[in-house]
Amino acid sequence: MAEGSLITDELRKLIGVTLDTIVFKVEEGAIQRYAQAIGDPNPLFNDPDFASKTKYGRLLAPPGFTGWPVKSGRPTERLFASLVRVGAPARILDGGVEFEFIEPIGAGDVLTATTKIAKVAERETSLGKTMFTTAEVTFVNQKGNVVLKSWATIIQF
Amino acid sequence: MAKQVCYEDVEAGTEITPLAKIATTRMLVQWAGASGDFNPLHYDDDFAKAMGVGAPIVHGALKRAWLGQLMTDWIGEEGKLKKLSCQYRGMDYPRRMKTMEEPRDGETWWCKGKVTKKYEQGGEHLVECEIWVENGKGEKTTPGSALVALPTRKRK
Repeated sequence: MAEGSLITDELRKLIGVTLDTIVFKVEEGAIQRYAQAIGDPNPLFNDPDFASKTKYGRLLAPPGFTGWPVKSGRPTERLFASLVRVGAPARILDGGVEFEFIEPIGAGDVLTATTKIAKVAERETSLGKTMFTTAEVTFVNQKGNVVLKSWATIIQF
Repeated sequence: MAKQVCYEDVEAGTEITPLAKIATTRMLVQWAGASGDFNPLHYDDDFAKAMGVGAPIVHGALKRAWLGQLMTDWIGEEGKLKKLSCQYRGMDYPRRMKTMEEPRDGETWWCKGKVTKKYEQGGEHLVECEIWVENGKGEKTTPGSALVALPTRKRK
């Protein structure tokens, strides 16, 4: 561990280790409330009758929605708790996210999300000494297909 | 719904139809409930000050969701969003409410984007885009990128 580094040896040991597996149910009402909160009137996300007549056959989740509480919500909160336990700074900001959409996600799906730390880095920023953690989450649906992968950047300072 | 955009309709530089958004304190509360992100950073003045951001800020994930809408609106029902990424670079501060429904005067945010590249791969007609959310001053607070597959008019 470098002098004054935020990345403890204990934290380094967590890289690549599967930290958490969570099951999400994708409920129709949760999709509708999420679309309304975005202000997105797309009938694919709001109108079950319309959506059932499309090739998707059911109300579709807007990109990034995987059931309530949302994607990075629960897995990332628990990940954050694990990071703080091994000595990472407690002040946290959401740095950004990357999604790879593999198959559509819609009402009635049951997703299993598996989280691991893909990468940890640190550098000096306007916030002071700052740590950047990339959390990789893989979502598998009830048929066993990988439907979504996400990489969230957690900023701690 | 707008006319379906096809692969043949776009070139590098083609502008994505912009989307206007007004973030309000009311909208952040609605987003907190719908997303399940109850971090007080987005609704508690004192907590936001203690966190060093001055006042409650717009959720990064809400701005990301706006960019999702920018793309799904543009590609229509026949298009497929394959990748989307963005970085939460700048803080955005919601408008406060004047009445229960109506925000005070202030900033309007714009989600914008343009095509950077198009190519065929694995039987798909792919289009790469640079996308972003800009604030009322025209600053890109949330830059990102997207990859979409568009339908083609060419017969297979």
